[in-house]
Amino acid sequence: MPSAIASSEPVVDASPKATGVSCRGLIKDFGTGENRLRVLHGIDVDVRCGEMTLLAGPSGCGKTTLISIIAGLLAPTAGEITLFGTPQAALRGDALVDFRAHNVGFVFQQYNLLPALTAVENVAIPLLVIGRRRSAALDQAAGVLRQVGLGERLHSPPTKLSGGQQQRVAIARALVHEPRLLVCDEPTAALDAQSGQTVMGLLKQVAVKADRTVIVVTHDSRVFQFGDRVLEMADGRIVLDSTAARDSQEVIRQEHAAP
Amino acid sequence: MIWVAWRMLTGDTAKYLGAVFGVAFGVLLITQQASVFVGIISRTANPLSDVREASIWVCDEYLQNADEIEPMADNAVYRVRGVEGIEWAVRLFKGMARARKPSGLFRQVILLGIDDQSLVGAPRKILMGDLASLRRPSAVFVDKAGYESLWPGEPLMIGREIEMNDRRAVIVGICETSAPFQTMPVVIACYSQATGFVARERNQLSFVVGAPMPGVSPAEACRRITTQTGLMAMTYREFVWLTIKYYLENTGIPVNFGITIVLGFVVGTAIAGQTFYLFTLENLRHFGTLKAMGVNNRRITGMVLLQALVIGLIGYSLGVGMAVAFFEITSRTLPDLRGISILWQIAAGSGAVMFVIMALASLLSLRKVLLLEPAVVFRG
Repeated sequence: MPSAIASSEPVVDASPKATGVSCRGLIKDFGTGENRLRVLHGIDVDVRCGEMTLLAGPSGCGKTTLISIIAGLLAPTAGEITLFGTPQAALRGDALVDFRAHNVGFVFQQYNLLPALTAVENVAIPLLVIGRRRSAALDQAAGVLRQVGLGERLHSPPTKLSGGQQQRVAIARALVHEPRLLVCDEPTAALDAQSGQTVMGLLKQVAVKADRTVIVVTHDSRVFQFGDRVLEMADGRIVLDSTAARDSQEVIRQEHAAP
Repeated sequence: MIWVAWRMLTGDTAKYLGAVFGVAFGVLLITQQASVFVGIISRTANPLSDVREASIWVCDEYLQNADEIEPMADNAVYRVRGVEGIEWAVRLFKGMARARKPSGLFRQVILLGIDDQSLVGAPRKILMGDLASLRRPSAVFVDKAGYESLWPGEPLMIGREIEMNDRRAVIVGICETSAPFQTMPVVIACYSQATGFVARERNQLSFVVGAPMPGVSPAEACRRITTQTGLMAMTYREFVWLTIKYYLENTGIPVNFGITIVLGFVVGTAIAGQTFYLFTLENLRHFGTLKAMGVNNRRITGMVLLQALVIGLIGYSLGVGMAVAFFEITSRTLPDLRGISILWQIAAGSGAVMFVIMALASLLSLRKVLLLEPAVVFRG
């Protein structure tokens, strides 16, 4: 059974797995003065490597804002984030952009593939961004596309692919440069149930690695089964952590089992 | 990322061609309108501007343009010849006459009378007949466009007759002249004949044209002529510009044509600028995606500027090419537009204008791109 947790209690990393993302006292306000709206209310959370962490909750609860801040796309109003041991606050301007280029992969709800480019060209973009030569980037991109089962559609433009295929191209693009953080925003929202299951299965199969943190935003309860951990948000706070309960029960069991 | 910018630009053929032809059409409008204006206004000194061998032009001191002439006394030519530093000076007549065909149909014509002996001012491009025959009694040359307006649809032929001021004139040659401002036939005769083809006035000498001796500049020679004779003397360039300026300052042409040019400029600018601006804005979401993926603003700026440069260069080349094709075709098929071509200054000017437009459109659209929060990619 998952346990409800108070927002003031940190979601502590009780697992032996390394912590990829650590948030402390994360606050985000939009607007100023009387129009100021607090979207995140002091989030404290550790997200581990080697797991698929699902971030769930109703629309407007702050999921997208939280992953935008974690990915370095949005600056927090207050609080600290540490990404793989590097405080995000230490990264400014081009350094943050460069960090993102090397360490973060994105999967978007609407795929966000460049329609003028073919599948393989889209997948090669992150490699070009980090300075890889075009021919090498295209070769590597083709390899990743084959891994996600699209070896036959390398040169198809996105408009010629189904929604599920486009999302698989987007996953290949997000993984081609071997990022340490993979952020997926509602990757199944635009897909039918079967394609959604396929995409989540693929994510679980190819994305989750020992040295990678995977965060998936979703409010589709049908895909919860794929998550190693489910963080549920409401009104800008994490209100439920399914693994916190599992971990504490494990600790208690181990303590009782000890001679 | 240059390759990605190039692929973003050319990958969507419809948008790419739309942007290129938007710029091309803008360049065509600006170049074509400006060329027609310059071409028409520079016609105001035609066909006198064909008299290239004369670097000095002498006329009545109050002359304002080449169409309204106060004749001088015939002895003015001798007074000019008497000025130190003048190598030669001859008479030149310009007037209007009514040419009547045997059928009774008539047209107003521009009549040029050139020096009987030297034939200074004779047409340079003779299509039919020979220049020496101009010295025969009643002999005239007529320009090709004029001939075709007098005898439309009929083949060029010498020996035809017209009547001017109740005097018979025989066409002994057909030539090309620079298209005159007034679309009338140009008839060329020897001075002694030409003055007989118009109503007699006490003074009939329109211009004295000449050249200075070696070592004397035309400007210096003109100064000496004005000082010694009281007549107005100008260099060839000053004479041509006197007429052009008169038309610019005293007629509605610059205002009316200026409005057309400004409209062409505005429409051309709007088409070219807006097309590229919209092209970039339509890609705003994709630029946001690239920013999220780690492309910094400097590289995004390079991508947008490269796209602007490619669209601008191809669009400009196509636009100028279309304008050249337009004038090539119309100069052959529409006599009213003959002689109008694209000056290099206009081509360079429209290039500069297009550069500014594309730069502005790029900067405006770039502003949106650069200010774009990469987090926008998470919004549906």
